Amino acid sequence: MVSMPEPVFLLDRLRVCYGDYQALQDVSMAIDDRRITAFIGPSGCGKSTLLRSFNRMNDLIPGARVAGSLTYRGTDIYGADVDPIEVRRRIGMVFQKPNVFGTSVYDNVTYGPRVNRMKVDLDDLVEECLVRAALWDEVKDNLRRNALALSGGQQQRLVIARCIAVRPDVILMDEPCASLDPIATTRIEDLMRTLAEDYTIVIVTHNMQQAARVSDRTAFFTVEVDDAGVRHGRLIEYGATRQMFSAPADPRTEDYISGRFG
Amino acid sequence: MSDLLRGRPRHAERVIMGVLVAAASVSIATTIGIMASLLVGTIAFLREVPIVEFLLGTQWTPLFDDAQYGVLPLVSGTLVITAIAVAVAIPLGLGSAIYLSEYASGTVRGILKPVLEVLAGIPTVVFGFFALQFVTTTLLRAAFPGIEVFNALSAGLVMGIMIMPMVASLGEDAMSAVPSGLRDGSYALGASRRQTVIRVVIPAAMSGIVAAFVLAISRAIGETMIVTVAAGLRPRMTLNPLEGMQTMTSYIAAAGSGDLSTGSVAYQSIFAVGFLLFAMTLLMNVAGIRLVRRTRRALP
Ligand SMILES: Nc1ncnc2c1ncn2[C@@H]1O[C@H](COP(=O)(O)OP(=O)(O)OP(=O)(O)O)[C@@H](O)[C@H]1O
Ligand SMILES: [Mg+2]
Repeated sequence: MVSMPEPVFLLDRLRVCYGDYQALQDVSMAIDDRRITAFIGPSGCGKSTLLRSFNRMNDLIPGARVAGSLTYRGTDIYGADVDPIEVRRRIGMVFQKPNVFGTSVYDNVTYGPRVNRMKVDLDDLVEECLVRAALWDEVKDNLRRNALALSGGQQQRLVIARCIAVRPDVILMDEPCASLDPIATTRIEDLMRTLAEDYTIVIVTHNMQQAARVSDRTAFFTVEVDDAGVRHGRLIEYGATRQMFSAPADPRTEDYISGRFG
Repeated sequence: MSDLLRGRPRHAERVIMGVLVAAASVSIATTIGIMASLLVGTIAFLREVPIVEFLLGTQWTPLFDDAQYGVLPLVSGTLVITAIAVAVAIPLGLGSAIYLSEYASGTVRGILKPVLEVLAGIPTVVFGFFALQFVTTTLLRAAFPGIEVFNALSAGLVMGIMIMPMVASLGEDAMSAVPSGLRDGSYALGASRRQTVIRVVIPAAMSGIVAAFVLAISRAIGETMIVTVAAGLRPRMTLNPLEGMQTMTSYIAAAGSGDLSTGSVAYQSIFAVGFLLFAMTLLMNVAGIRLVRRTRRALP
């Protein structure tokens, strides 16, 4: 009998609105520790919206509101005394477009530790993070070169290195391979598998094979149109990836993953 | 094959291009014309007054019987007032730009930006009388009882307020143009808003910000009406902002609208001073472009 690990995130009827528009309907789910969870579903179903509520990035969007509860290791993320900056330090995020800063490779990696005043040896940290992000060999000769001179795939690995430099607990990835070629994508996927030994990863992807290849659990969302004709995102099915892809419980999931929808 | 090779003649495009080339030529021709007339006047002037005496002399008395043409008092007047104006405009303008772009809500920004633009649209002569009648008499007299009626301080302060909206507006444009992905990247690493502004947004917007500063300085050097009204028309070699001084621009304005006989040395001095002013602004702009290039190379 294997003991069930505590979930990292527990969502209970989580709802997200932009102004008057409710983008996401009551989502309840648990995200496992040290696992890769994939969010899939058609465009506009609220995957990014949900992901951004995990580290309070939605706070930065005027009018965005979150209702229901989202606890992270037992703490209510939206509790009154929770510091969103501390939340984001623990729960890192990698975006669809590689958003490296226009400074050196070295300064990109050390940005997080610097703003958080982490007491670490920066040189060691840079090497360690770049090695973990499988970028070290390609940049070690010139850490001072401008990060914008790297290729898209290298930039995305640099963003991952930058993310793990603040020693987060969770890494959220919103379509991290959307702008990458298949080779770079494979490298990032390999990287995710090794990172999953130490980190909890939640990834949004439009690539079914990617979800099937890398994730342990998959959540399928779709768009529902209510009586007034307004579209809301909704969680349809959530389970072990192997199960979801071989024998989905809901016909809508099956349609989507077999390419008959979206 | 021949369809690909021999396109139909495109008359409309030729006409449009012709109009555009003509428009560009007008502005280039004007610039060349101004430079040529300045140069001709300046050469004539320098035949009468040795260049060393012009550039290094400390007396500017073109209307005296014993006329002296040392331009330094005008240059120092220009620089003192410009320095005061820039010291006001750059911090206030940059601060407003940061506030508008990074802190203000959409509604507040929607109200403040038009207000700033109105401020930028007030005629400079109005600012000049504001400096003379209100800033000097009401504010500065209380702080500095010995201040002269015409003084550099009031002109500089008010000029700074006049230029500030331009710095704010250009600075805000530059910062708003920074991709939101960079901000998100910074916030997602646990940076505060202040850290994001200082370490990510401002460096990424640096070329636009430097351009705003350069324009502000050029504008201050070239501003004429405020200094003519509020700083007085006495050329004086001093750094004391409580005294009146004349700038290069207010000399040109005053002498140009006076009744100097064309061909006299005093008349030609207008061109020489104008040429020097032109050279100074040109230098500013070249330095500004250089700076922008350098920061662009280091930053996105
Ligand atoms: N900043 C915002 N302001 C208002 N509405 C928004 C905002 N961001 C997203 N939405 C709306 O919320 C809904 C969900 O958007 P979201 O970006 O989360 O979808 P998604 O599943 O990530 O789509 P995609 O796969 O295309 O990235 C959409 O209807 C979208 O229009
Ligand atoms: Mg999305």
